[in-house]
Amino acid sequence: MDYTILIGGKAGQGLQTIGGVLARLFSRMGYHVFSHQDYMSRIRGGHNFYQLRFSDKEVSSSRKKANIIVALDLTTIELHKDDLEENGIIIFDAQSVKQTFTGQEFLNVPFDKIAVENGGDKIMSNTAAIGAVLGMLRLETTLLEEIIHTNLKKKGNDIINKNILTAKAGYSYAINECTQCSFAVSMPGKNGNMLIDTSQAVGLGSIMSGCKFYCGYPMTPSTAVMNYIGSKAQEYSIVVEQTEDEISSINMALGASYGGVRSMTGSSGGGFALMTEGVSLAGMMELPVVITLAQRPGPATGLPTRTEQGDLLFVLHSGHGEFPRVVFAPGNPEQGLYLTNKAFDLAEKYQIPAFIITDQYIADAQWTYESLDTDKLVYNDYRLRSRDGAEAESAYQRYSFSEGAVSPLAVPGDSKRLVVVDSDEHDEAGHMIEDAEMRTKMMQKRLLQKLPLIQQEIEAPFYFGGEKPDIVVTGWGSTYGIIKDAVMSLSKTQNIAMLHFSQIYPLPLSEQFDYLKILTEARITICVENNATGQFAYLMRAETGYKFTHHINHFDGRPFLLESLTGEINECIERL
Amino acid sequence: MNALSDYKGQEPAWCPGCGNFPILETLKTALFELGMEPHQFTIVSGIGQAAKLPHYLKCNTFNGLHGRALPPATGMRLANHEMPVIVTSGDGDCYGEGGNHLIHAIRRNINVTLLVHNNQIYGLTKGQASPTTTEGVVTKTQPFGANASELNPISLAIGLDCSFVARGYAADSVFLKSIIKEAITHKGFALVDILQPCVTFNKLNTYSWYKERVYHLDETYNPYDRAEAFKLAIKLPDKIPTGIIYKNNKLTFEERIQILKESPLVKQGFSLNSTLKELDTFY
Ligand SMILES: Cc1ncc(C[n+]2csc(CCOP(=O)(O)OP(=O)(O)O)c2C)c(N)n1
Ligand code: SF4
Repeated sequence: MDYTILIGGKAGQGLQTIGGVLARLFSRMGYHVFSHQDYMSRIRGGHNFYQLRFSDKEVSSSRKKANIIVALDLTTIELHKDDLEENGIIIFDAQSVKQTFTGQEFLNVPFDKIAVENGGDKIMSNTAAIGAVLGMLRLETTLLEEIIHTNLKKKGNDIINKNILTAKAGYSYAINECTQCSFAVSMPGKNGNMLIDTSQAVGLGSIMSGCKFYCGYPMTPSTAVMNYIGSKAQEYSIVVEQTEDEISSINMALGASYGGVRSMTGSSGGGFALMTEGVSLAGMMELPVVITLAQRPGPATGLPTRTEQGDLLFVLHSGHGEFPRVVFAPGNPEQGLYLTNKAFDLAEKYQIPAFIITDQYIADAQWTYESLDTDKLVYNDYRLRSRDGAEAESAYQRYSFSEGAVSPLAVPGDSKRLVVVDSDEHDEAGHMIEDAEMRTKMMQKRLLQKLPLIQQEIEAPFYFGGEKPDIVVTGWGSTYGIIKDAVMSLSKTQNIAMLHFSQIYPLPLSEQFDYLKILTEARITICVENNATGQFAYLMRAETGYKFTHHINHFDGRPFLLESLTGEINECIERL
Repeated sequence: MNALSDYKGQEPAWCPGCGNFPILETLKTALFELGMEPHQFTIVSGIGQAAKLPHYLKCNTFNGLHGRALPPATGMRLANHEMPVIVTSGDGDCYGEGGNHLIHAIRRNINVTLLVHNNQIYGLTKGQASPTTTEGVVTKTQPFGANASELNPISLAIGLDCSFVARGYAADSVFLKSIIKEAITHKGFALVDILQPCVTFNKLNTYSWYKERVYHLDETYNPYDRAEAFKLAIKLPDKIPTGIIYKNNKLTFEERIQILKESPLVKQGFSLNSTLKELDTFY
């Protein structure tokens, strides 16, 4: 069982509410859910959709074809009617769409009328639509009632009751009228799943890593992380500040880090471009900071609400000069949580900037999990604090060579140790220097000695497939789910495997898992990327000399969809 | 702390006669007299001749990027609002490259003392016009004279209702010291614009030029009167008033953040276990 529901309409029509409630409902019922959103850069009007897939098996990608289309406007019908799966149904309200459609695949449900008759207000027509979808699937409304209770708690009992009445009326209407509905929905018969998107997971990861300071400047799609942390700020004592610009964000985050707390900032393309000066400062000062970059298509303001993996090389090279960093690109919320934690840990352990790259698609995409494994999470306070003995305080030097690549980072004011950090090249005490010998020693300590240590912390890429695959599909970051689903379905007929990188820089050492051997021994190796130039393939070539035999690149601002990716992989296979 | 010499840092690399020297000495004395030991405060600076000051004084130091001293100073205060933070900056650093940050630091009213060494020229990069350079002054990059009219930092700050606005003069040490001490002890954002002769590049605003113009505001002047302060700020400078020009007692940014009421962020512990319950909110 594997169904896709698409809810389409204008911005402001509440399709996120409908989609959000249905996604939560299915995950509570114990189904696996995957959802993603497609929206235009406008607050009202336009055409947006929310697409969710639910199944009794794991799902991790979006399909093109839908089984149910909830059309809140005429455009949705016009644009998506050809995407209807066999026996699929489009439900709509003829009165609000101002046109009627007849035929097997259409179900006219008077959402507005149901809402007015049962709840007294058209505003509840979305609730009627949710009820109707449940009716079409012949699922119960008890959990929906619970969700209405929690979601509307603040609005009071009257509103809750009216919504429940409306939901039930929508439900009965569909049960009675949808004679053509033939969905075979099996109950998963287990406990509810959790539902989380990657922005929330990154936010959660930072809270669980002891982040005490987050600052940023709004930019889609990075704002979701700030919103999430902001909503929890009071509870977990985190100062969240909206800065005057992104230049300020990174510098403020570094100031807080110097002050002794874990700090984070984040942005998208253009905003991150402004931060690069500060990234370089973090590199020179050796101050820990975590930076999330939610990519969107560029150059410049690009496609503000669309998706792309176009900034990998930019992040790798961001900031002038040479200094170490780590770059992670989670492929799902679980990796988002875990890699954010790891980013905080490594940033502080090695006193470097650590990056978490997402993109619009993965930032919004919701996944279900039975639970998330928090045993992997670590928290070590690597800073030198007054409790660590006050002896030899006067001898403290911020960039002392005596401890090797990582000098102890003290907290100013916490002891008599003076913490001197500088954007100029400096000596062990942190004071500006210009001499060649000290410069060389500092570069060796800060960069050349640290990088190999960092590389040893990087884990092997995710591999899925047999021992000697004929075909290997490779990707990084947000394409994890889609590649997994595509490879899974192709593995029925092909000796195919998947290789996914979420810890991108430094690249994993092949000692733990020899991914280069797998690649070189395969006949066809395809690098799938949501960008025009194949940035990850470039990195692989630059770092390892390995060159993929094939590339699949999309750069239309849209995510990969299952049917088309499978088709394109097949084409690569046939072309040979 | 027992001696002024305990604040001694590296040997300054400024030109002999530079107005930065008396500012450095005055700041040291002010800190000494306030009893602030070198580890008890942080000096944040950007880039420029003035911004090198923290190296010439023993203290916690964050010598960051050109124009960017105020954001890290803000981050530091939010991480640890018990630690006094002083920013030393130049007119180019603070009013040029960092102009936007100045506006917003004032708006936030973060409890930071900002000392701007205003030599009305770019010193470190060898004499280009700064935002405070007098209109018409000829430099190598402005061979036909600076075209823009000069920025008035005092009226700008009063206009933004900055919590503490003062003007000092580098060569007037005793008076400058009293201003700096008040600025450091003031609760809220304190801007002290310090007139500083640059003996190498600024041939207009020299020691003798200032000597003819600078005067002290006397005790009868009421710095809490914003309208009067504004009048004083926009008066054309054949006479230049120094002293505390404007003051108010607004709440600081730190005071307005609920989370900081308990203790500084840096002293609030963390346990991973206390966050595990957050997972339940996703079911
Ligand atoms: C981003 C950036 N732009 C330019 C510079 C070059 N620069 C260094 S100091 C300076 C101006 C300094 O002028 P001011 O702040 O008035 O300080 P002064 O040297 O006069 O004390 C400039 C433009 C730089 N270091 N960084
Ligand atoms: S150039 Fe001017 S500001 Fe710089 S040290 Fe010399 S006199 Fe001072």
